[in-house]
Amino acid sequence: MFNYVNKPIEKIDGLALVTGNEFYTDDFNFKGMLHVSILHSGFAHAIIEDLDDSAARKIPGVIEVLYYKNVNQILYTTAGQGYPEPSPYDTFLFGKVMRFIGDNVCAVAAETKEIADAALKKIKVKYKRLKPVLDFEKAENSKVIIHKEDGAFPKIPVFYDASKNLPAKVEANVGNFDDAYQNSSKKIEQTFYTPYASHCAIEPHTSVSYIDNRGRLVIISSTQVPFHVRRIVSHVAEIPISQIRVIKPRIGGGFGGKQEVLLEPIVALITWKTKRPAKLSLSRKEVFKSTRTRHQFRTIFRVGYEDNGKINAFHLDALENSGGYGSHALTVLSNAGSKTLPLLNKIENIRFTGKSVYTNLPCGGAYRGYGATEAYFGFGQIIDMICENTKLDIIEYYKKWSIKSGETSPIFKALGEGKEGVAMTITSTSLEQCLDTGAKDFNWYEKRNIYGPNSALNKNNRYKKGVGMAALMQGSGIPEIDMASAYIKMNDDGSFNLHVGATDIGTGSDTILAQIAAEVLDTPVEKIIVNSSDTDNTPFDVGAYASSTTYLSGKAVQKCAEKVKAQILKVGSEILNLSLDKIEIKNNKVVLKKSGIQQERSEISFEDICRYAFYQNNQFQIQATASHVSPKSPPPFAAHFAEIEVDTFTGIIKVLNYLAAVDCGTPINITLAEGQTEGAIVNGMAYALFEDYYFSPSGKLLNDTFGKYGMFTAGDVPPIKVKLIESYEETGPFGAKSISEININGPLPAIANAFYNATGKRLFKAPFIPEYVLNILNS
Amino acid sequence: MKINFNINSESKNLDVKSNETLLEVLRNNGYTEVKCGCNEGECGACLVLLDGKPVNSCQVLAMSVRNKEIKTVKGIGTLFSPHIIQKIFAKVGADQCGFCSPGMVIASYSLLKENPNPTYIEIVEGLDGNLCRCTGYVKIIEAVEESAELINKRIKAE
Repeated sequence: MFNYVNKPIEKIDGLALVTGNEFYTDDFNFKGMLHVSILHSGFAHAIIEDLDDSAARKIPGVIEVLYYKNVNQILYTTAGQGYPEPSPYDTFLFGKVMRFIGDNVCAVAAETKEIADAALKKIKVKYKRLKPVLDFEKAENSKVIIHKEDGAFPKIPVFYDASKNLPAKVEANVGNFDDAYQNSSKKIEQTFYTPYASHCAIEPHTSVSYIDNRGRLVIISSTQVPFHVRRIVSHVAEIPISQIRVIKPRIGGGFGGKQEVLLEPIVALITWKTKRPAKLSLSRKEVFKSTRTRHQFRTIFRVGYEDNGKINAFHLDALENSGGYGSHALTVLSNAGSKTLPLLNKIENIRFTGKSVYTNLPCGGAYRGYGATEAYFGFGQIIDMICENTKLDIIEYYKKWSIKSGETSPIFKALGEGKEGVAMTITSTSLEQCLDTGAKDFNWYEKRNIYGPNSALNKNNRYKKGVGMAALMQGSGIPEIDMASAYIKMNDDGSFNLHVGATDIGTGSDTILAQIAAEVLDTPVEKIIVNSSDTDNTPFDVGAYASSTTYLSGKAVQKCAEKVKAQILKVGSEILNLSLDKIEIKNNKVVLKKSGIQQERSEISFEDICRYAFYQNNQFQIQATASHVSPKSPPPFAAHFAEIEVDTFTGIIKVLNYLAAVDCGTPINITLAEGQTEGAIVNGMAYALFEDYYFSPSGKLLNDTFGKYGMFTAGDVPPIKVKLIESYEETGPFGAKSISEININGPLPAIANAFYNATGKRLFKAPFIPEYVLNILNS
Repeated sequence: MKINFNINSESKNLDVKSNETLLEVLRNNGYTEVKCGCNEGECGACLVLLDGKPVNSCQVLAMSVRNKEIKTVKGIGTLFSPHIIQKIFAKVGADQCGFCSPGMVIASYSLLKENPNPTYIEIVEGLDGNLCRCTGYVKIIEAVEESAELINKRIKAE
């Protein structure tokens, strides 16, 4: 059906990447470049009463020190979101109040990194220590107010109450929860906890800046959001947008961690002040403690249902630990409801309540899954509990109650991102096939029959095996808000330049967008020359987040390529002297639709078309631009299956097998879609089993290295099967939806349900480290 | 102090400070294909071959390896003349962001040189010092398996 999409095409930057030929931000060096180091707060909550940089400035080679006295106190949010941002303006680049261990005290720019680091030790800071809030469940009622009289405010008209340490609060109601809950014959109320996590992109956050030949500021940065960086740097550093160019080179992974504007304003200010290039590259420890994390969550589910499994009333209450600042506080919180509750759309009485709290701990931010991961941990177990209590088959349960094509959920409208959501009808889903195929390929029923806490296999056995599953959904972009655009021009050998603001952070979007253009223009992918993410010479795109690039930027590319195609056909019709209805594009040429027309010249190559347009008659540049905003955010769906073995002596859970059946619409690039799925699953598994932030009693992060943190290595990975079960989403490019986030949501509930199947006990707190597992087994 | 190295089969005389790591010296002299992910010897992004053995270059003082032979990923193969492991890495999608790829390629090369016929366990042990957040390692392991198969076919054909 397709020539260039829906194929396992090699990444266009693949060979350059694996031969070390590509440049990442830290690979750029400029003559006379200054090196920047940051002094981070060692106290979780303190006021800087005075800062003396005189000794530091006396060190030869120290050029500039930035701190609250010489940096204008401008409130902003580090969240790289659309404007106006739904995150509160509660952050100063360098302020007087330190709100977590890792907060920015000052920056030193020096001739070498060594000198900059040495100068940090000479900065004299007089702190007034304040009582910190370190327990997020006690933050709302704490007498300690974290954002007191700093003027912090919400940029959009939403709830914000600094006096109660609440950067965000959300509530959505459908039907009448209270009555329906009261009248239900069966009830479950259960609390779940999910931990902090670091994105662990192997490339640490890095920014480099310099002044170009005409005096403009150029920032090269490891960012997911170059256009938001330009806007936010302009605001914080008070430099006109026209004077800023942001370039995204290759990025060494993001996962949401680089959707934050943290370093760019610092190097920008230093370069703007000194007129010298500047580089700031964080150490791994700095990435762990001072950048952004996955928010810690508590979720409470109250569900009323009947013997036949019908859920009458469903309440999800979420408490989110935002840390010192409210980056993504509101939107991650909202997504905990909006990406889970529509899945079982037949529930008539739904309540979602959520609060985000400030604490004096590291800040949350965007992290792959974005609230959905945190909520699916409980959601997936609640459904398993209902099925267990009603003796219903969970696969059949999801098939019966999950949202279908042609159906909607009131949650889509009730719960948006800081405003009302967007109503939508599902137009593509293969979740039923995902459930069936997944169950079959996983030997789900066979394994369910053998396992179970009282089975011959598990009873009285030290090692107990079990299987568990969960069904999932996510979204594809933010509807009616996010915009992407593309520009294509034709060259005289029949190749095309594709310019996109879309941001390839390792996802392969440059390749995917080239495939989409190639498909429309019926020309090999090699003929599409991609230039992406440069605010000077690519058109606007919100950037890489919200599972949006393939669906949103891909559609912009498709629309743009269609316009170019129309121009090519018009020139072809002029040259061949045939009407448009008689010709078509085929394999790099304009050809006659069907043979039979007697004509000397029956086809014309793209090369000749462009040469004609450049040099011969009615000359013009074949070129087009297109923008796209989506009226909806069609969810991808997935069914995940886990088989585990629990060592009841040590408490170690070993995943034996894992399968994900995923509906991403049309996978534009099969290899990359599988890769997104595998990477998300392994990240999700490590999050379920090991990853967490451990703090000292004063709020200091203790496990701030890869070694102590515990992300998976190759040997930790069990056999993983990925099945892409296609559907066709009419609003996406060639039927595509999204795939990058959804699959990180599965391991928590699937492994927890497998644990129940193995042991008869439930895990309510992640990660499932051996101590906790033993506690549960012995309870 | 000027020190002699042999880097990717070229002899080089480079300025080295007494406290500089091999990683710093390499990156400061244009060998930016050697990546820095943690500077603590835990991620493997800075892996190079030192006299044929894989080492985390962030954990080696440059002074201590004078006159030694160093190979970066570009010493294994280049864009215009890639090694078979690199071709397979790109083909099967073992590269996503590509930041760990130079180290992963070095680890795979070193593993297959020692043991052209590794078992699954030997492969994951061979990659144990290299972290990747994008791929979940699935396609990296697949790339090593496929490379081993092709290399063995070639050996047999010879």
